[in-house]
Amino acid sequence: MVHSPYLPNTEADRRAMLAELGLDSVEDLFRDIPEEVRFRGRLDLPPALSEPELLAHMKALAAKNADASQWVLFLGGGAYDHFIPSVVGHVIGRSEFYTAYTPYQAEVSQGVLQSIYEYQSLITRLTGMGVANASMYDGASAMAEAALIACAATRRKKVVVPMTVSPEYQETIRTYMAGQKIEVAVAPYDGETGTADLSELEKLVDGDTAAVLLQHPNYFGCLEDPDEVSRIAHGAGALFVVAVDPISLGVLKPPGEYGADIAVGEGQPLGNPLSFGGPHLGFFAATEKLIRRMPGRIAGVTVDKDGDRGFVLTFQTREQHIRREKATSNICTNEALNALAAAVYLTVMGREGLVEVAKLCLHKARYARERLSALPGFRTPFRAPFFKEFVVSGPRPLEDLNRSLAQRRMLVGPDLGRHYPELEGSFLVAVTEKRTRAEIDGLADGLGGLA
Amino acid sequence: MSGKGYVYKNEPLIFELSAPGRRAYSLPALDVPASDLAEVLPEDQLRREPAALPEVSEVDVVRHFTRLSQRNHGVDLGFYPLGSCTMKYNPKVNEVVANLDGFTGVHPLTPEELVQGALQLMYEMQGYLAEIGGVDEVSLQPAAGAHGEFTGVSIIRAYLEDRGEGHRYKIIIPDSAHGTNPATAVVAGCRTVEVKSDERGGVDLESLKAVVDEDVVCLMLTNPNTLGLFDENIREIADIVHKAGGLLYYDGANLNATMGYARPGDAGFDVVHFNLHKTFATPHGGGGPGSGPVGVKKELADYLPVPVVRKTGDRYFLDYSVPKTIGRVKSFHGNFGVVVKAYAYIRSMGPDGLKRVSEDAVLNANFLMRKLARDYHLTYDRICKHEFVVSGVRQKERYGVKTLDIAKRLLDYDFHAPTVYFPLIVPEALMVEPTETESRETLEAFAEAMAAIAREAAEDPDKVTGAPYTTFVKRLDEARAVRQPDVAFKGDLEEK
Repeated sequence: MVHSPYLPNTEADRRAMLAELGLDSVEDLFRDIPEEVRFRGRLDLPPALSEPELLAHMKALAAKNADASQWVLFLGGGAYDHFIPSVVGHVIGRSEFYTAYTPYQAEVSQGVLQSIYEYQSLITRLTGMGVANASMYDGASAMAEAALIACAATRRKKVVVPMTVSPEYQETIRTYMAGQKIEVAVAPYDGETGTADLSELEKLVDGDTAAVLLQHPNYFGCLEDPDEVSRIAHGAGALFVVAVDPISLGVLKPPGEYGADIAVGEGQPLGNPLSFGGPHLGFFAATEKLIRRMPGRIAGVTVDKDGDRGFVLTFQTREQHIRREKATSNICTNEALNALAAAVYLTVMGREGLVEVAKLCLHKARYARERLSALPGFRTPFRAPFFKEFVVSGPRPLEDLNRSLAQRRMLVGPDLGRHYPELEGSFLVAVTEKRTRAEIDGLADGLGGLA
Repeated sequence: MSGKGYVYKNEPLIFELSAPGRRAYSLPALDVPASDLAEVLPEDQLRREPAALPEVSEVDVVRHFTRLSQRNHGVDLGFYPLGSCTMKYNPKVNEVVANLDGFTGVHPLTPEELVQGALQLMYEMQGYLAEIGGVDEVSLQPAAGAHGEFTGVSIIRAYLEDRGEGHRYKIIIPDSAHGTNPATAVVAGCRTVEVKSDERGGVDLESLKAVVDEDVVCLMLTNPNTLGLFDENIREIADIVHKAGGLLYYDGANLNATMGYARPGDAGFDVVHFNLHKTFATPHGGGGPGSGPVGVKKELADYLPVPVVRKTGDRYFLDYSVPKTIGRVKSFHGNFGVVVKAYAYIRSMGPDGLKRVSEDAVLNANFLMRKLARDYHLTYDRICKHEFVVSGVRQKERYGVKTLDIAKRLLDYDFHAPTVYFPLIVPEALMVEPTETESRETLEAFAEAMAAIAREAAEDPDKVTGAPYTTFVKRLDEARAVRQPDVAFKGDLEEK
C-alpha cells in the first residue's frame, strides 16, 4: 500500500472513479500496452523514505561536500563564489514564480512576463546591446547557439575561436557545430600576454568565416583586445560574438561599444549559487537587426483590450513550437528562475553597486596576484591586464597544493594542464568581492611554505 | 492614485521606481590597496558611464517583485492542466534539501575527494533513471528536454558515422510530435520526414514503411504520444526502423504515464531522454531550469557526453575517458540543483510510489476525459494515458467560440488553461494533463467549469469571446507586440 503526501486520491476515490469509468481495476487502464513491452517486474529502486528519513539522508550526502559556507574558495574557471544578497533567495523562493511554467497564458502570467522583460532590459543596459532573450542553458551553450545563428545569418560554415576561450566552451561549440558540419578553426595564444594571438587569428578569418568568437576577460582571466577582434571579424564580413563576465561590466566597456553583434555570457555570478555547476544561465544579447534570428523566449510590451500595458511572449514565429523544423533553435525550457535571480541581483546592486562589486574583485585579485607572485617557487606567467582571475605556476602539482591548503579549508584551481599541456603545473586563482585580505594572506601563507 | 486596485493593476517597471542615490546593496569596504582604474586597466577598455541600472531601496525591490509574483498563476495556487508539461505538485522537502549549503555552495571544479556526497547522488541518480527507463547508461549533463534531444541525436549520428553510416540524414517524426523534435533534427544537421498518424492516433505503419530507407538516422517518438495515446504497434515500429539500420529515440516528455508499467528501453528504444521537471516533480521555475538526462543502450554508451560519474571501490569519480564521446553540450555536470530535487523525489516515492504515480495520473486523465467528452468533441475515443485531447470544434462551428476563447474564459474560473492548438493534427485542440497530484474534487470542479463554459458558448457566446474579465489585464494584443516591438526598456532613469 502506497501512502504519499503527494497523492490526494484515497482508495475510496479510486474505486469511485473506476466505477464511474465502468472499470474494475486500474490495471484495465493499461490494457493498451502490449504484453511484449509490458514491464511485469518491480522497479529495482530503494524503498520509499519518510520525510524525516529523507532529510537525514540528504543532509548526510550534503555534509560530504566542501561548500562555500565552510570553505574559502579561490576556485574559478567559469563558476564563481560571489556574494548573493538575501533578497535574491527571498524573491525566487516565492512559489508563485517557481511553480509556474513558461507564460503561455499571458493574462495569468504577467508577473513572470514583466520580470522577463525587466531582465531583458537589465541585460541590454549591462551589455550595451539592443535586444536580449529570456535566457539560455548556460554561457557555453549560449556561445554555441550564437555561432549557429551567425552561420545562418551569413550562410557561411566556419567559425574561428582562439584557445583562450574556455575549453569547456570550446568543447560545447565543437559538439554543436559537428551536426551541421561547421568548421571550427582554433587560433593560438601569445605565451607572454596570455591573450589570443591576433595575427594568427586574422590569418584564419576568411570569406567562409561566419563568426569570430572571443571570451573577454578570457579563460586565463586576461583582458583581450575586443576592438581589434571586432575589426578583424567585420573586415571579413563575419559576425563578432563575445562572451563576457557580467560582473566585469561594472568597470569594462560594454560589448555594444566595441561592435559586438552578439554578446553572451555565463550569468551565474549574478545572484546564482555555484550548485556544483548548475542550474546557471546563459545570457544572450544581440543587435536589434538580429532579433528575428534570436533563439529562445522574448517578452515584449503590448496593451490589453482596455488599452492598459501588459506583457506577452513575442516574435514567437522564431520558435520551435510554432515553426518546428524552421525554428532558429530547438530551445524550449530555459533557465527562467535563474534569470529572475539575475534580474533581482542587478536591481539590488543597481547603478553604483555593480561598479563597487567589480572594483572590489579587481583590487582584491590584484592584491592576491602580487602576494602569490612574490612567493618563492611561484610565478604568474601572463602579463596582460586581468580582472578577477589569473594564472599561477606552482612548484608542485595542484593536487598537492590543494591537499595542503585543505588544512586551512582553502582551495585554488582548476588545473590548466588537462586542456593546455604546455601549462602543466599552472592553475587559476579567482578572487571575488567575498574574499578578505586575511583570507588572501592566509592563501599566500599556505602556499608559501610549499616551495 | 491610491487603493489596492490601482497598485495591482499597474505595477510600474523597476526602472520607473528608480531615484538617484537609493540603494539596496550592502558591501564591505575595500581592505586592500587600491589604485586608479586607468592605471591598472587599459584606458580605452574602461566603461565611461555605469550601466543605467535602477537605483532603488531594498523595500522597493521586495515589494515590486512580491507584487509581480501575485500577478501569476502557479501550481501552488491552483490546477494547471497544461498538456505535455506535467505541472504536478512540487514537494517542499525537495526545495529544502536542494537548498542545503552542501549542495548549493559546491564549486563544480572542486577536487573529487571533497565532493563525494554530490558524486554519490549523481551516480545513484544515473542508476535510478537507467532502471526506470530500461537503458544501460545515463548522462545527467543536458539542461532540458530539448537539450537532451540534441544530445541524443548527436550520439546516434556519431554512432552511425563510426559504423560507416555517416551518409544517413533523415529523421522521421510523427505529425503529432512536439515542436522540439523537428527543430532538434535540424540543429543536429539532419532533415525531417513527417509520418502521418493513423485513425487510432498512432504512427501509421504504411506511411512509416514508405519513408524508411537507408538514409534514416532515427525515428523520434513520444510514447504515449501527444494525444495521450500509447502506441500499441511500438514493437512493429521499432522493427521497421531497426531493419532499415535506423535507431529509435524516445522523447521522455510523457514518461509520467508508464512508470513501472512499461520501460522505453524494453520496447526497443535505443536512446531516451527524461524530463526531470515533468516526471520527477521539480518545479518549472516560470520556464526553467529543467534537466534532461539522456539514457542509452550499451552499444551507444561510448558516445555519451563527458564527464560521466563512475565508481571504483567506494570512491566516486568523474570519468572523462568515454572513448568516442560527442564531447560536451554545456559546461560542468548538468543542472545538479535540479537533479538533487528529482533524486529526493525518487527516494520519497520508491518503486511502488512511482508506479502509483502513473496509475493515478492515468486514472485522473481518463476520469476527466469522460466528463469533458459530454460537451466537447473527443477525437480519439479510447483509453488514454496521462493526458488527452478534446476539440472545441463544435463550439466554433455552432457558436463562433474558438478554443482560445474557451482557454481565456477558464482563467475567470481560476483555472490555468490546458495546452491549446496542439497537437497540430487536432483542430481547435485542448490538451489536458491533470497529473496525479490533483484530487477527485479538483477534477470535478474543473469539469464543471468546462461544462459551464460550454453552456455559455451556446447561450451567450460573447461572454466567452470577451474573456477574461477577472485577471489583472484583459485579453492582450499579441500582434501589436510584433508590429511595435518593445522588448527592452529604453527610457532614461530619473536623474540627479
